[in-house]
Amino acid sequence: MAFIGGNVNRHSSGRDSSPGFRFLLFAILSIVCMYYDQRDSWISNVRYYLQAAAYPIQGAVSSPQTLFSWASEMFETRASLRTENEQLKKRERELSLASMRYEALERENARLRALEEAMPPLVSKTLIAEVVSVELNPSRQRLLINKGARDGAFRSQAVVDARGLLGQLVRVGPWSSEIILITDREHGVPVELVRNGLRSIANGAGDSGELLLPYLPVNSDVKAGDVLVTSGLGGVFPAGYPVAVVTGIKRDPVLLVAQVRARPLATLTRDREVVLVSFDPKHPAAPGRREQTDSLPPLVTGSQSAAPKPAPKREAAD
Amino acid sequence: MNIGAPRESRLLVYSTALIALMISVLPLPQYLAIVRPPLLVLIILYWSTMTPRAGGILLGFLGGIALDVLQGSQLGQHALALSFVTYLAVRLHLLTRAKPIFEQSLFVLVALLLYETVLWAIDGWSGHPMNSPTRWVPAFTGALIWPVIVGVLGRTHSQR
Repeated sequence: MAFIGGNVNRHSSGRDSSPGFRFLLFAILSIVCMYYDQRDSWISNVRYYLQAAAYPIQGAVSSPQTLFSWASEMFETRASLRTENEQLKKRERELSLASMRYEALERENARLRALEEAMPPLVSKTLIAEVVSVELNPSRQRLLINKGARDGAFRSQAVVDARGLLGQLVRVGPWSSEIILITDREHGVPVELVRNGLRSIANGAGDSGELLLPYLPVNSDVKAGDVLVTSGLGGVFPAGYPVAVVTGIKRDPVLLVAQVRARPLATLTRDREVVLVSFDPKHPAAPGRREQTDSLPPLVTGSQSAAPKPAPKREAAD
Repeated sequence: MNIGAPRESRLLVYSTALIALMISVLPLPQYLAIVRPPLLVLIILYWSTMTPRAGGILLGFLGGIALDVLQGSQLGQHALALSFVTYLAVRLHLLTRAKPIFEQSLFVLVALLLYETVLWAIDGWSGHPMNSPTRWVPAFTGALIWPVIVGVLGRTHSQR
């Protein structure tokens, strides 16, 4: 079988343009794409439509998995459904007790802040999405979900599951979006310790069970078992969402910073459904808006409009 | 001999490439994903060697863009790498396709290593360095399954 013989089409390469010319053309096109993709400009529109075109392939590829989970749900036994039902009822009871207490606290908090009426709810809208495909490798920790811009999802929207923070949306297509998980190497969450309010940043380690806190000084007050919640800085996540539990600290006297490891609370690897949340910007715990924090004017060089303006005129305007 | 007949083989070329694309993005457990051969690259190399008119650099570029979109890498990264190795395959197709299969596997190994080198360099330049040695494993598994690719695809079109 193995011999590939014969020079059949000797003249095949030079039909209308030589391979060298074609390669040059496509190479330049690729480099232009990369240049603009890095800078996040008009190419994101192109990407939006390409992602829409790719969605059927992604759906087809994940269909065996979906079929399997559907089938295992169908053939679940009566006994296991019963125990699950009991567990859910118990959990529902616990949660409703907790939320009774929570409402009282919310009212008390509103009173303490001397507000006229109770605070608006922090979460203004939630959207439940199904996980279409999962990618968990050291270089990329991503999930693909079946909700996109048509359903109201937007870029850098926060994503949570029932236990904690999961990540944020990085790419939004019309019907699908990609979540970057908090454990991705290129992701960092601004966090604070519940016990003492110490703030830091939790970076992903590229491993679905681990976060690293590389900026805490050696003598900082951290213990294993400390719970980390979002601090609300950075403008993406609101304050107070649970993120991770500290699992281990290594204090090397030679280094200035402690090596702190934490385990995410969200079940990143096993989620089938995730929740996209939008926040009411009027709530005090909502993430600050980027426009307000980045108040520096854009830097313009070499143009007349950037020339300094006379001071008295400005004061008069104020 | 209908190897050179573009209309008939083009459908075959693009459909096999689509299947290979789907296998390359199939979610797998991590220990399998590490050794997964770059099937799309192999198929495109095969068609560019056998029928450079139906395969060729356009197919390489389109396959690369599809990989970029599906894997979420920078748009153009896989496209550049794949059109580069496709160009080499088209350029050298008269040399390589007359060789015995094991020599072809060596050519494929070199092509896959070049492909991965381009990806690695772009990863580094664009500020997402990924230096784990496991990224080079698929080049070797790809060269190992090259005889299988030739055996399977050789049956789909007539050749003597």
